[in-house]
Amino acid sequence: MAGAAPRRRTVVRDPRPPLARAGADSLATRVVLTTIACGFLFLFVALPIVSVFTEAFRGGVHAYFEAILQPDSIAALKLTLLTAAVSVPLNVVFGIAAAWLIARYRFPGKNVLTTLIDLPFSVSPVISGLVFVLLLGARGLFGPWLEAHDIHIIFAVPGIILATTFITFPFVAREVLPVMQEVGTDEEEAALTLGASGWQILFRVTLPKIRWGVLYGVVLCNARAMGEFGAVSVVSGHIRGLTNTLPLHVEILYNEYNMVGAFAVASILTVLALATLAAKKLVEARQASEPHGSATHR
Amino acid sequence: MTVAADAAAPARAAARRGRRFGILPGFGLSLGYTVAYLSLIVLLPLCGLVVKSASVGWHDFVSAVASPRALAAYRLTFTAALVAGLANAVFGIIVAWVLVRYKFPGRALFDALVDLPFALPTAVAGIALTALYADNGWVGKILARFDIHIAYSPAGVSLAMLFVGLPFVVRTVEPILLDLDPQLEEAAATLGASRRQTMWRVILPVLLPPALTGFALSFARGLGEYGSIVFISGNMPMRTEIVPLLIVTKLEQYDYAGATSIALVMLLASFGLLLLINVLQAAMTRKGKR
Repeated sequence: MAGAAPRRRTVVRDPRPPLARAGADSLATRVVLTTIACGFLFLFVALPIVSVFTEAFRGGVHAYFEAILQPDSIAALKLTLLTAAVSVPLNVVFGIAAAWLIARYRFPGKNVLTTLIDLPFSVSPVISGLVFVLLLGARGLFGPWLEAHDIHIIFAVPGIILATTFITFPFVAREVLPVMQEVGTDEEEAALTLGASGWQILFRVTLPKIRWGVLYGVVLCNARAMGEFGAVSVVSGHIRGLTNTLPLHVEILYNEYNMVGAFAVASILTVLALATLAAKKLVEARQASEPHGSATHR
Repeated sequence: MTVAADAAAPARAAARRGRRFGILPGFGLSLGYTVAYLSLIVLLPLCGLVVKSASVGWHDFVSAVASPRALAAYRLTFTAALVAGLANAVFGIIVAWVLVRYKFPGRALFDALVDLPFALPTAVAGIALTALYADNGWVGKILARFDIHIAYSPAGVSLAMLFVGLPFVVRTVEPILLDLDPQLEEAAATLGASRRQTMWRVILPVLLPPALTGFALSFARGLGEYGSIVFISGNMPMRTEIVPLLIVTKLEQYDYAGATSIALVMLLASFGLLLLINVLQAAMTRKGKR
């Protein structure tokens, strides 16, 4: 903006009718563009969601609940919850540590580190699973050693958790970093001056200020952790009741032509996605209403 | 005076200790933890892939990477991702424009819909799109009358990629559009430009860099996408088999060398794209600061 003239409204009256003025499209343009945009979203996003539920309830409410309450579906749900319960907290701790490091210090290699954190986003889910098979699978680099010690990671639950942690790795760090940068260091430095230790600063000053950012990251991270398919599919081995997460269970039911079952399980994941969006909007609204986290009690 | 000096003592001590990096404590701990966790979860596994592929002989590597089946898979994956990315770029700009500039009933709902592809598990997207666009589905039924078949054809692959990449362009263009100075448009109008001229000569050039970034992100996402595509594509080798599926197939046949080689090619392609995206974004930030 350097060198730009100070903002001042021109007082010259626009001789044309209001709709032809700058910043206003004609009514026809508005209608056409809005129709295209809404039609696009309706056809490619809204309609698929609706179809999940209609397909799920095609056999009636009874068939729906029967499909959901099957032991294999329950086992898949439990594994999905377990996976998220382990990988999300791991990435939350990492995300806060990484954001603290990048937002609070100057050091060589910072840009490289920031790029490396985003790396899992650009790796295909299938390749994310493959790297763990190559590393820890029976024929992998550490495979023989693991086998000798009777440790099973690939085609077992630890592999699923590991692959999920890889896939969801950047989510929290990515959301927390900009918030941490925005709140600045003034209050932390004041706390330091008053004799607070590093942990006290983190828990009493920083975390309360960035809590909405953390929550935002948790919501996104959790959605991906519960919904991941490609990476988990490669490392899981698809053992029913043992190493099947909900998305993998959807695939098995679908390939068995059990459409009601597949869409019933898919509807659970869809509800989860909708809940994620609702939580996201809620957090965004809270963030907007108190831009710098807490400190309202002053 | 002395009290103030005493109170500032810990800060000064901390400043002495970590003056080089910043005054707050915890540099060593956060650096150590971040680097260790990053290495363990991300870098070590990725290096494993490179090490493993180094043990594949040159001949085996070339025969896996350049086999007709692999070439057909690259062609399909790149073409479909390109089509999906372009469609997302065009519609993404329109959606962003409508969401930012117009007020209409249901605006908040459509705004929320944009984020849905990020939140919806890909397997769910895959079966839902298949149910909808197969020849007996709601939309597929109509298209089938015109002999257009989307599911179980390359078009289905593009459709799935379109879905998963849909939010990128909208969400990169939106903030730029919000920041766009209305005076720019007013100035153009004052100087006698028609609304159409303002659109093409003033607004679109500003939206092009973020749209390009969004396109690249959507394209990259499409290249790696697996979950939604395996349901809708039909997975026919040489015709509708995408690269990630070929990797999985090789792995299931215990052809580790083949899977690793093709994965390495895809990994290099996506890192190249990542580099490009970073350059684009850096250019955008510079432009924004100017």
